[in-house]
Amino acid sequence: MAGKGILGRKLGMTQIWDAENRVVPVTVVQAGPCRVVQLKTPERDGYAAIQLSFGAVKAARLSKPALGHLEAARAEPARHLAELRVDDLAGYAVGQVIAADVFGAGERVDVTGISKGKGFSGVMQRHNFKGQGASHGNHKNHRSPGSIGACATPARVFKGMRMAGQHGSRSVTTLNLEVVEGDAERGLLLIRGAVPGPAGGLVLVRNAVKGPPVAPPAAARLADAVAVAVPTDPRESDPVGAAPESAG
Amino acid sequence: MNSTDLVDRPHLRDDRPDFAPGDTLKVHVRVVEGTRERIQLFQGVVIRRQGSGVRETFSVRKVSFGVGVERTFPLHSPIVAKIEVATRGDVRRAKLYYLRDRIGKAAKVKEKRV
Repeated sequence: MAGKGILGRKLGMTQIWDAENRVVPVTVVQAGPCRVVQLKTPERDGYAAIQLSFGAVKAARLSKPALGHLEAARAEPARHLAELRVDDLAGYAVGQVIAADVFGAGERVDVTGISKGKGFSGVMQRHNFKGQGASHGNHKNHRSPGSIGACATPARVFKGMRMAGQHGSRSVTTLNLEVVEGDAERGLLLIRGAVPGPAGGLVLVRNAVKGPPVAPPAAARLADAVAVAVPTDPRESDPVGAAPESAG
Repeated sequence: MNSTDLVDRPHLRDDRPDFAPGDTLKVHVRVVEGTRERIQLFQGVVIRRQGSGVRETFSVRKVSFGVGVERTFPLHSPIVAKIEVATRGDVRRAKLYYLRDRIGKAAKVKEKRV
């Protein structure tokens, strides 16, 4: 179960260079500052969780109940509220501010966001069906799914049959991403790889629930890498980023 | 301004000279051998530049022992220690892929007369 997390806004992707001069693709997330607005306790609510607020908004944009809820925590008006299950409520207090420094370089995180909406899509885009042939007399069925079942037995379409429908715009979690760099000063997290959703979308960054323990620090990995010899090529045709990862 | 520009800025190198396709470059490449690092020279004609910002790359082509060798470098990569412009070329294309089909004197790029 997640022990810590933060809400943020996906700013977009770019690339940086690591200590071994390799390109690292990163997603930039403007994380926090969030405020803890409510504690859910096992005694009262049946489970332990914290509720976070994020995103400045004019007070006039919020309903009175929402404003009152935030005011009770002495929190600023916020656009988003999200709940985060925690193992232990110790260390959390109502009104506490959570900033980007909760995550540091090398930590593993899960990132949840609303994926980009693709609208009502056919089976080729939505489920990667192959579609049908372009020729051999096919008529107006080039992107159709084909058969969706048998005939009088079972005389129905099985539940869960993959068909056309709404694609995207649903909650997606990418597991076990690495935080490459945390910029506490500007409140940024650089996360290796892609995270769900469009640039500007709301994302929830939590510590990873699965996967290996935290990777060793960069200095240790560099020590492994320099022990590998690079063969000298008189034609100097070794590819870009010549530093090898490891002997393998 | 893109919202990720602030992240890119420290990675951008400001010591890169102005150069264009057709120019002959001496690219000083950092090569790690065991624990030692040395500089290797890769000299050839720039046949393309593509991308922008921190993602920009350029490709250098040379003929080595009768074999054409092309290397693509990220412009701001730390493995590129230095770029020297040897000559300026006079070309009318942005992408000089036609050099691949030429050999000998025909593959030469005219030098720009200033």
